[in-house]
Amino acid sequence: MEKIWVLAEQSRGEPSSTALELLAAAGGHASVVEAVSWGEGVAQAAQVLGEHGASKVYDCRGLGSSLPGPRVGAAIASLVEAGGGPDCIFVGQTYDGRDVAGRVSARLDVPLLTNVVGLSSGDEGLVSEHAAFGGSKVVRARFTGAKPEVFVVRAKTFTAAATGGSAAEVVPVELPDTGATDGAKVVGRHEEEQEGPKLDEADVVVSGGRGLGAAENYALVEELAKLLKGAPGASRAIVDAGWVPYSHQVGQTGKTVKPSLYIACGISGATQHMVGMKGAKNIIAVNKDESAPIFSIADLGIVGDVHKVLPKLIDAIRARS
Amino acid sequence: MCPKLSFLPRVGQVPCISGTIRDMNVAVCVKQIPDPAGELSLDPSTHNLVREGKLVLDDSDSYGVEMALQLVESAGGGDVTLVSMAPNGETSGLRTALAMGATAAVLISDAALAGSDALGTARVLAAAIRRFQPDLVLAATESTDGYTGTTPVQLAELLGWPSVTFAKHVELGEGLVKVRRQTEAGYDEVECPLPAVVTVTAGVVEPRYPSFKGIMAARSKPLDELTIADLGIDPSQLGAAGARQEVVSVEDAAARQSGEIVVDEGDAHERVVAFLERIKVL
Repeated sequence: MEKIWVLAEQSRGEPSSTALELLAAAGGHASVVEAVSWGEGVAQAAQVLGEHGASKVYDCRGLGSSLPGPRVGAAIASLVEAGGGPDCIFVGQTYDGRDVAGRVSARLDVPLLTNVVGLSSGDEGLVSEHAAFGGSKVVRARFTGAKPEVFVVRAKTFTAAATGGSAAEVVPVELPDTGATDGAKVVGRHEEEQEGPKLDEADVVVSGGRGLGAAENYALVEELAKLLKGAPGASRAIVDAGWVPYSHQVGQTGKTVKPSLYIACGISGATQHMVGMKGAKNIIAVNKDESAPIFSIADLGIVGDVHKVLPKLIDAIRARS
Repeated sequence: MCPKLSFLPRVGQVPCISGTIRDMNVAVCVKQIPDPAGELSLDPSTHNLVREGKLVLDDSDSYGVEMALQLVESAGGGDVTLVSMAPNGETSGLRTALAMGATAAVLISDAALAGSDALGTARVLAAAIRRFQPDLVLAATESTDGYTGTTPVQLAELLGWPSVTFAKHVELGEGLVKVRRQTEAGYDEVECPLPAVVTVTAGVVEPRYPSFKGIMAARSKPLDELTIADLGIDPSQLGAAGARQEVVSVEDAAARQSGEIVVDEGDAHERVVAFLERIKVL
């Protein structure tokens, strides 16, 4: 394949880990890999993007108060329409990545394959892998002719790797008029104070589920996560119940995590949850129901009450430091 | 909230005196899916999800329905119209949402829709929504069964509208919606002129349970069934052929082995500590 573009999110000149993972994957399938990025700091990000295999970065620059979806989507569509577009576009399955992919798809009339958890080269181009039925099945799919092929890939699917390249050439992109589609404006940004690592980058994830019994007991999960220098996660059940925000959700409809250690507290193990965490190297589950499906994938399963086990565990770990 | 409206049999017929912004017509995209608690399977020849039997309202959509009902109440009047697509005329999930209080439903049902992808679905929804020009379209961030998660944005682009995804809070302003949009670091406050498409995350509101009265009333609420021909869409853009993608194979995933199971007798935390030491987390 000749060319793949990677939608590379960056913040203050630092590319997202998913962007670097996608660059590594793209390098395995195409001779030319280029990035598309936006926001302040793309020129700075070009160094690291180049080191990870991007020869060029198309710079949509600062978007002011606009959301990325319509503006970056339109920019990509017009670059493709102008010729010289790629065979494939890799997009991270993120809040903004999904918005951009959806806009590109509708503008260019090309289909999407989303929730990609693997890619391989077949006789007729790329074949994507998807987890179905809670990860019990692997579905492989491909496009049948529409170009460019847009794959929306979940975080942690690939491993980032430096290629030894130099800084990517920065190519400024004129943003086309997006009319009414660009009507939404950000009027305030709130960054919640975040201690410790991000959920999908953490080496240790401690998650809580319905078995915690009440929203206030989630504090036990946060405490244990903090002690282990990890990130707190959640099952869909307690996100749906409004105990914790969606950003904490691990699973099919949330984040995929692949930490060294995953501790599931009061999580029964609905298939929709397990698909998001069964790639963890080690899994510990604490649940009072011995028939909970989570035990079928746990390296260490504790049949017990989280309200008793967790406080003792927290005390024991605390006593060591 | 307009307290007077709670006495009305149907939301939206009488304007509320205090706090009126204007009538607000909201469309909610809803999906009827096979019960996720039941056995799910793929058709071995088409690789489509088997959608026979009774379908239920996707839980993820109940938040959009509830949000729409609350927004219409706060506006002091308007309609909540459900828009759904199904290959086989199924309506049981729509009746659930009507019983929650939605005003009417539009079901696009056509055999040609089987195997449609997200863009094809967005095309159909856009054509249906253009017919009644709502002020706002609400949808879930993604469905529970297909979880593609892009249909609402594709819909917005086809309509030429702005969109705000991952809303964790929505309220009405003058000709606009104010949304708290989930981000990696926290949330953005976003203002978006109407008409617009907004996707809501779960947990944003507490979906009401249909009352007995609501269930009875739902039986006689308008439910329009439309075909592709009614909407004037070229069938070649829809269904499996229009999706321009195909499933190559479906295989069992490698199973993960389970390890040791310990019943807590007051000292299980010590086993956990030993495990953490062994893997060098402690």
